Amino acid sequence: MEGVDASSIGIWGVPLAVLGGAIRISTPFLFVSLGECITEKSGRVNLGLEGTLVMGAMSGYGVSYLTGSAWLGVLAASAIGALLGALHGFLCGRPRVNDIAVGIALMLFGIGLAFFLGKPLIQPSAPRLPSIPFGFFSDSPQVRSALEVNVLFLVGLALAPALRWALANTRSGMVLRVVGEGAEAARAMGYDVLQVRLLATVVGGALAGIGGSFLSLFYPGSWNEGLSSGQGLMAVALVIFARWDPVRCLYASLLFGGASALGPALQSVGVTSGYYLFNAAPYALTLLIMVLSSSATEASADMPAELSVSR
Amino acid sequence: MSASASLGTAQTEQPDSVSKLALARVFRFFESLAVPLAALLVSFALFGVFVAFTGNSPLDVYAEMYRGAFGTWFSFQNTLLRAAPLMLTGLCTALPARLGLIVIGGEGALVMGGVAAAAIGPALGGAPPPVVTLAMATFGMAAGALWIGAAGALRVLRGVNETISSLLLSYIAIALLNHLVEGPLKDPTSLNKPSTVHIGDHNMLANTPGFDVHLGLVFGIVACLVCYVLMDRTTFGFGGRIVGGNVRAARLSGLGVKKLVIITCCLAGAAAGLAGMVEVAAVHGRANASLVAGYGYSGILVAFLARQNPLAIIPVSLLLGGIGASGGLLQRAFGLPDAAVAVLQGTLFVVLLASETYQGRIRLVPRALGGS
Repeated sequence: MEGVDASSIGIWGVPLAVLGGAIRISTPFLFVSLGECITEKSGRVNLGLEGTLVMGAMSGYGVSYLTGSAWLGVLAASAIGALLGALHGFLCGRPRVNDIAVGIALMLFGIGLAFFLGKPLIQPSAPRLPSIPFGFFSDSPQVRSALEVNVLFLVGLALAPALRWALANTRSGMVLRVVGEGAEAARAMGYDVLQVRLLATVVGGALAGIGGSFLSLFYPGSWNEGLSSGQGLMAVALVIFARWDPVRCLYASLLFGGASALGPALQSVGVTSGYYLFNAAPYALTLLIMVLSSSATEASADMPAELSVSR
Repeated sequence: MSASASLGTAQTEQPDSVSKLALARVFRFFESLAVPLAALLVSFALFGVFVAFTGNSPLDVYAEMYRGAFGTWFSFQNTLLRAAPLMLTGLCTALPARLGLIVIGGEGALVMGGVAAAAIGPALGGAPPPVVTLAMATFGMAAGALWIGAAGALRVLRGVNETISSLLLSYIAIALLNHLVEGPLKDPTSLNKPSTVHIGDHNMLANTPGFDVHLGLVFGIVACLVCYVLMDRTTFGFGGRIVGGNVRAARLSGLGVKKLVIITCCLAGAAAGLAGMVEVAAVHGRANASLVAGYGYSGILVAFLARQNPLAIIPVSLLLGGIGASGGLLQRAFGLPDAAVAVLQGTLFVVLLASETYQGRIRLVPRALGGS
């Protein structure tokens, strides 16, 4: 049945599936990268967002299952993310504690804890997040499924330009940037640098938690231990590529979502050889982008000066 | 200049200053142990609270863990089996760390080492087993070296963050493994779990004399000893420590920073690649998804807990190998999920890093010996 439909739009199924994938798969990338963008703007790196993403997915699914409301799940996921962010922010505020190392530790901690607490959640099915069928005009199931857009994606879509505006024009945006560009100057102006960074990491964690809840509550839409495979980490790399601009984070997320959808899309039209190689596409693309957007001699001009990610 | 000046003052001091210095060294050694040991105790206490929330008695759980890790000869050998790859993946993070790099891609180097070893083993056909073993080890180390060496090269040549790139390379390695065992290297008889062709029973790694533990343990210990000598007792290692201390100073003093970084990363990758070879040649006999067992990630913790010291990696690997070995028992005896071990490891890692802030602030050296 599906095979007949696939042949009816033929090879166009591939770009369509990539587009659909770009919208679906990009959402966690988008939320994590926007969160990391805020954190990094304050001059700190949180590599632990992979762990936050997985914890968010697990807790979101659990709360949705227990309360019957997927939105309460999203809320819980953001709260858990904020907590993990606070832990990172607090630890890095101590003297001589390395933010990258703490990120790695929290990544392993978050994943371990999520797998432990999530064991009983693998079987039951929780209410999922609703979506809006933008493909209503079409009879083709491919078009319909590609344009089945989740509300969280739309939220992210609005959030990106809003954040860019806020960073440039609001008082808190300015404070964040001053802290990220020069801690000494910010201190001289009377701002509590550690406090600002703590808050920025908390907000970043909350957004990453929401990204995680999307994984378990919409797409793929269930809780299991193979749910995330480095999306949280790729999102961190993606922020470097997006040169710390929320709107460019949105474009980059769409690009990564599309790249991740390439393998399954080709498989759906019968190209199965090298399926597992296509699974490497998003990672290879991230690496390639990092190579192209880095420089051995000078740091990017857009990079917050206090950042340690490319010392 | 300043070095010769301090030498001069040392010579004019009292004759007993040598024994004083030695004593101070002993105190410093315990000083450096104090903080990690305290972190260990704190994280065990925190995990105990966590266990109590699951309705189990922490003391019972710890007693059972001890039994499962070190309590019997059988369980101790199981611990040694797990410690062997941890020593090698621990080196994968510890060596670059001496140069100030945080490499976390040991899992990928292990996988690539395992795949390369599993590919060359059967290809050699009827060659004598020692030749096959040597070839597998060489190929495994070369593949691992390529993987982490690439991360190091990208760091110094293109300024790409090595932490992120090494982890991305791990995911690429796992995708490559899946591709190869499903396609080009697939043993057609391996239906349930796609694998490469078995290397042959006669080619499997022998046991360590006196133990029911394969030679990988010897590989691990020897690698740690060699790396200790290299990093702490040679000019190469000295150069590396200067790079880790201050890259600009290293450049100004004419050190080939790029070369040092790339060679060290290759060595680090070779260690993890050897771990993959051992897993293939001694445990699984073939490359398949079992290679992705988390030894690379646990190796990161091993390196940090050992404070990036190759010698300290040996006992720390035993400790974490023991924790890993007791995981199955926790599952059977208390119904705790297998991720309990991951929770304990994660807690340990977080507490350990938090304790960094107290490093060097705990003074055991008496004032008379030059302590503050």
